[in-house]
Amino acid sequence: MTIESPAGSTQAPAEPADTRQVIRPYGDTTGDGMIQISFTLPVPAGKRAEAAALQLAGKMGLDPASVVHAKPMGPDFTFFIVYGRAGHLIDYASIPAPPEREFPLLSAKETDLAIRASLNRRLVVVGACIGTDAHTVGIDAILNVKGFAGEKGLEYYREVEVVNMGAQVTVAELVERAKAADADAVLVSQVVTQRNAHLHNTKQMAAAFHAEYPTAVAAGMGRPLLVVGGPRFDTVSAEDLGVDRIFGRGTTPAEVASYLVHALLPREENR
Amino acid sequence: MAPQGKLDLDPEVVRAARGLAARAAEPIIRMARTHTTVSVERALLRLAGMSGADDGGRPWVNHLADAVRDQVGLEHGVALPVWDALLNGPYGDLGELARAAARGRVRFRLPAGADAGHAADAARQAARTGMNRIDRRRAERDRMLTGGAGGRPSPGTGADPAQPWIYLIVATGDIYEDIPQAQAAAREGADVVAVIRSTGQSLLDFVPEGATREGYAGTYATQENFRLMRAALDDVSRELGRYVRLTNYASGLCMPEIATLAGLERLDMMLNDCMYGIIFRDINPRRTFIDQRFSRQIHARAGIMINTGEDNYLTTADAVDAAHTVIVSQLLNERFGHEAGLADAQLGLGHAFEINPAVPESFRLELAHAQLVRELFPGAPLKYMPPTKHMTGNIFAGYLLDAFFNLAGVMTGQSIILIGMMTEGIHTPWLSDRDLALENVRYVRDACGSLAEDFVPRPDGFIVQRARQVLAESVELLERVEGDGLLTAIAEGTFGITRRPPDGGKGLDGVVERADGYLNPAIEILDTEDPHAAHAEEVPA
Repeated sequence: MTIESPAGSTQAPAEPADTRQVIRPYGDTTGDGMIQISFTLPVPAGKRAEAAALQLAGKMGLDPASVVHAKPMGPDFTFFIVYGRAGHLIDYASIPAPPEREFPLLSAKETDLAIRASLNRRLVVVGACIGTDAHTVGIDAILNVKGFAGEKGLEYYREVEVVNMGAQVTVAELVERAKAADADAVLVSQVVTQRNAHLHNTKQMAAAFHAEYPTAVAAGMGRPLLVVGGPRFDTVSAEDLGVDRIFGRGTTPAEVASYLVHALLPREENR
Repeated sequence: MAPQGKLDLDPEVVRAARGLAARAAEPIIRMARTHTTVSVERALLRLAGMSGADDGGRPWVNHLADAVRDQVGLEHGVALPVWDALLNGPYGDLGELARAAARGRVRFRLPAGADAGHAADAARQAARTGMNRIDRRRAERDRMLTGGAGGRPSPGTGADPAQPWIYLIVATGDIYEDIPQAQAAAREGADVVAVIRSTGQSLLDFVPEGATREGYAGTYATQENFRLMRAALDDVSRELGRYVRLTNYASGLCMPEIATLAGLERLDMMLNDCMYGIIFRDINPRRTFIDQRFSRQIHARAGIMINTGEDNYLTTADAVDAAHTVIVSQLLNERFGHEAGLADAQLGLGHAFEINPAVPESFRLELAHAQLVRELFPGAPLKYMPPTKHMTGNIFAGYLLDAFFNLAGVMTGQSIILIGMMTEGIHTPWLSDRDLALENVRYVRDACGSLAEDFVPRPDGFIVQRARQVLAESVELLERVEGDGLLTAIAEGTFGITRRPPDGGKGLDGVVERADGYLNPAIEILDTEDPHAAHAEEVPA
């Protein structure tokens, strides 16, 4: 297993060309494999603690490894910074490219036009921070006129009617408001992740909407589109949570608006 | 004319701003003086020594106050009906009365004539006993801070650490995990330990009971948790020879009760903002202002320093565009605080380092804002909050940003510095995060020394002009708030963008207009006595 050189060896091979693209971490020289890690061990600082840190580094695949910083934190803990050479190899060619965004990115004007052309009314969006989460940063970035990253939020869109319920909204309140407003889409943001609160809250929300609209065929057909956003949803899929779409860190209002158009408006009309 | 401070602010403009804030606050104060709430009434019962809850966790004070409300209403206060029932019934104490009331076995009435006199006397005596306990806890703190009798063991200059104080947070959800973490934080250098509250608690219309081990991103504020943590920090204060302050939250629907418990258990600082609950928790504006006045009167009496929440405006709005809303809110908090009896030294007005680092000259703008707050409120122990909104997963850049925050805090003479964590927004702080954060602030503090003395912005330079501009915008906004009325301004989304109408939000059903003959002996004491007159020495401890 010494596959270090990339494809295109000078010797004419009898076998099919090696399509692998082997990579390892880059410190300052190709192939040096250097990485840095930091961690705390629950032992007093000293030579023995450093030996333990090195053994951990070895088991993590770092060889050689060196402890460049060891600092006592109180009598019972030691903090380490360790550098080492990672022996693991990654075949980059075997890593599938993540799917591209499945919808075109529209400007605010294009979104408004698409809604006007096919709906004949404003698109209604109800947003909230549910559960005990009081961090409205996410939902506000998407909904408030102020927006995010220089982009105006959905309140700025002429053809979108926004109901921002703010923080610590209960699922029951959200369902009730969404029904009363006849919402096309429900946007929920979740920042607090202690004990996986973001996942529990979202599942609870999705279940409540599915229970409230038992005859719904799909999003936009008998029930609102369910969209959740937050920085820590990268380990789960929309299906796991029972929602239609997850948006992660750095999502802009235009991306969300474009997705709403893509998911809710009849396809041939909005293209 | 000699320049005023480092920014040469026009004293006329400053006076005008304070005048406008006072006028804007006036109708709210009038309303607070003529209304009561379920939580204000329950606070009296807690002051009178009631505690405990039924098997379902519903506190006896809630049972008792609700029974009075259902039978005779709250517009005369709970004092007369409750102490009348206590004097005329077979009940040994308030607890027994509450248990009977919970079973529907008590007939409350509003006593008249001599009966009313007897009930009032008994209620006044109960309130006085509770107030004496609060006074004694304050005197105890004063003794510990000056290193006097019963205080720290080491003699000398007193046990109160120099400012800026280092403020650290613990947040495990379990009081028995919080305690060793808080003690470790104190040993690592924290001057103030804040126990973050379970986030759901602001919307509970009761105070949970007992030592709690299951919180949500924080630990419930309960009387027993307060007592346990204060005792643990007293131990570590003695060990370290300096007094470690304890902070919690008098906010949400039970502000008056939690303030009372904080006074009874000698907490030192309480988060208590005049508008935070309205804007960020959707608590009814009237409920908030009425509860807030009572809670601040108690804080004043208990020698507790409040922390206001202006930093929150900057996490939801742009920190440059909204800089003046911070000043306006601080001026309102100051006015409401003074009216409730808080001294300047108890006004921990909040602000934050939240300007987008991508904005050119962001640090210069931060210095202008921080120095402006320092000069507008020279006697207030300002609480400066670290960056959160622009902390990314890049912990290395975050560590640098925190260092700049610490630098701005030292340069502008901030009083309380909440320590920023480079892993903000990723997870609750690890042990190593806290250690690195303290290393950061210690370096900046020691390296700068008294740099604030040398930091004198150029006359009419960028910083001075920016500070004046923010102050001018604040006056403009205050004029609008004063003209429209504060409740209208809040309804229109002036603060923190969110719109909060006076009849919306949670807790409005707990607001009651006081009738003629309303009696709350706690309010009598708080409204008529100087909160800082060292009452504890008048009574034998």
